[in-house]
Amino acid sequence: MKKTSIKMGILTMALLALTTISCKDGKKEEAPIPMSSEMPLGDRNESGDSERLMANDSGNSSSKAIIDNYLKIKNALVADNQEEAAKAGGMLVANFEDFDTSGYSSEEQQELKDIIEDAKEHAEHISESPMEHQREHFGILSKDVIDMIAITGTDKKLYQDFCPMYNNKKGAQWLSSTEEIKNPFFGSKMMNCGEVQKQIN
Amino acid sequence: MVLLVAFIGIQFMPANRNQSNVVPDTDFMVVNNVPANIENKIQVSCYDCHSNNTAYPWYNKVQPVAWFLEDHIKEGKAELNFNEWDEYSDRRKNSKLRSIISQIEDDKMPLDSYTIIHADAKFSEDEKYEIIAYMAQLKNSL
Repeated sequence: MKKTSIKMGILTMALLALTTISCKDGKKEEAPIPMSSEMPLGDRNESGDSERLMANDSGNSSSKAIIDNYLKIKNALVADNQEEAAKAGGMLVANFEDFDTSGYSSEEQQELKDIIEDAKEHAEHISESPMEHQREHFGILSKDVIDMIAITGTDKKLYQDFCPMYNNKKGAQWLSSTEEIKNPFFGSKMMNCGEVQKQIN
Repeated sequence: MVLLVAFIGIQFMPANRNQSNVVPDTDFMVVNNVPANIENKIQVSCYDCHSNNTAYPWYNKVQPVAWFLEDHIKEGKAELNFNEWDEYSDRRKNSKLRSIISQIEDDKMPLDSYTIIHADAKFSEDEKYEIIAYMAQLKNSL
């Protein structure tokens, strides 16, 4: 990173010198502006037992943190809030890195490894991209998290929702902790698009 | 005068070129049975930034253009490296194919900044359709 910024510095000077045109505009990265500063906290399940250690299931605390931050991203995208989604995406990257897969069968471990590797990349993208790109990766991330839960289980009550219109009408799934449909792929543009496919727990 | 010296000076700063003569066994074209026209189009339009070997025209060896390019290529390869295709798990292949398809569908790839210099990298509507259909079929066969 440092090397790049030194290069950028030299480059900027060189460009300035060569063109004698200010490169002020070209240098700035486009920062997406969040459309809403408020984020609904309604469907965050805050309870003390998230800290409780499950002695008989080592993966459970890892997957719990993942589901929590996944739902934060979902809520942020529902609220058209790029910044909050990015923040939760960053935390999710760390959650996937810390995932402890010991305690699962070797077959499950392999599956989890694949899921983690893929999901981590999507979380990284969410942490540093404009909103439409975040939504694209959230769609694939959702599949990973759904598959993860199929292995790890969860004690949370979740709803698996489906929006048939997203991704050029190919459709996409997501998870929510509330029954009411609030669409993370379209946000305020099409808040109620979608249906509950199944209930987990 | 100072500027000219600076411009000439930066030409001598070391650059890491993205070049390799080896096509690994894990390459997209090696592991998949890709029709020749599609293979050719992907090589021309994608491989400069999404593989370990970039075909550098002379102006891309001139600083500061080369630095811009270097960062682009690094980013592009981190995102998707066709040379390493078979190292990806099926799940990741599926993710990559989905991204490839949506990027091409939405005309986000190849980048405008790239096709403005490489006119031959641009996809016609027919080519777009063909490549998307091929990628979709590959995705379904995973």
